[in-house]
Amino acid sequence: MKSAVVLVPGLNRDRDMIAALTKVSGQAPATLWQTETTLPEGLDLIVIPGGFSFGDYLRCGAIAARMPVMRAVADAAKRGVTVLGVCNGFQILVEAGMLPGALMRNTSLKFVCREVKLQVTNANTAFTRQYQPNQIIRCPVAHHDGNYFAEPEELERLEGEGRVVFRYAENTNPNGSINDIAGIMNASGNVLGLMPHPENLIESAHGGDDGRGIFESVLAKAA
Amino acid sequence: MIKARVTVTLKNGVLDPQGKAIEGALGTLGFEGVSGVRQGKVFDVEINGTDKAKAEADIKQMCERLLANTVIENYSISMD
Repeated sequence: MKSAVVLVPGLNRDRDMIAALTKVSGQAPATLWQTETTLPEGLDLIVIPGGFSFGDYLRCGAIAARMPVMRAVADAAKRGVTVLGVCNGFQILVEAGMLPGALMRNTSLKFVCREVKLQVTNANTAFTRQYQPNQIIRCPVAHHDGNYFAEPEELERLEGEGRVVFRYAENTNPNGSINDIAGIMNASGNVLGLMPHPENLIESAHGGDDGRGIFESVLAKAA
Repeated sequence: MIKARVTVTLKNGVLDPQGKAIEGALGTLGFEGVSGVRQGKVFDVEINGTDKAKAEADIKQMCERLLANTVIENYSISMD
């Protein structure tokens, strides 16, 4: 699988993501600096990792979403390349208009760093085929602004089209997110954004490998 | 030089946890009967030139494309 990780100042989960991608696919990902306007040929997956791009100035992900590399990522997504945004990466995808809705301050107003339970609400996607429908998995979260919001019509569309891919389960919603939404995808099904960090739960040294299925699903699709 | 002020506020119906916390703190300070506190942002912008209509059109684009997230926020523009 040929993958690439987007790098923007202030992101800090890029190394974890690069390690996870290397571990699961056996191939180190390329890195895409924020100013790049052309991407390597033949990419199967582009990942926007977590962190605090541009210090979360203005709104989380707002500045990063306007960097040149994101135009290239949006073009690649239109051509069908699989795109995954985790945590700040999810916020960047939303700010870039590649996913609907907005991610607001946690209702607790607190930064949450803990493990949650996720329901694989849609196991029939490029990102989740290695899971069982409605399977409950463990996953770490670490964010201050993960409170997903969408207008009622948009929410209805997301739910109706099976685009809510992950939901916080067993009363572990850490941020007040509407309908317990933890991750959504675009209408074409090739762009996924999620707040939890699957890259931090992919091998026994992490205490489990529940997050591995996301990367393995994309890998299986690319193969 | 044209000066403008952009005010960005949350749309009605969008939960504002920060506004709620501020409202609670105002109550703690002894201010009674305070409700509906909403937190927003203010941007002061200076633009070279004298064409006010063009500046206003540009600022509107700035709001749409960056200063406000129109999914959750409204904006208003005032000019000198």
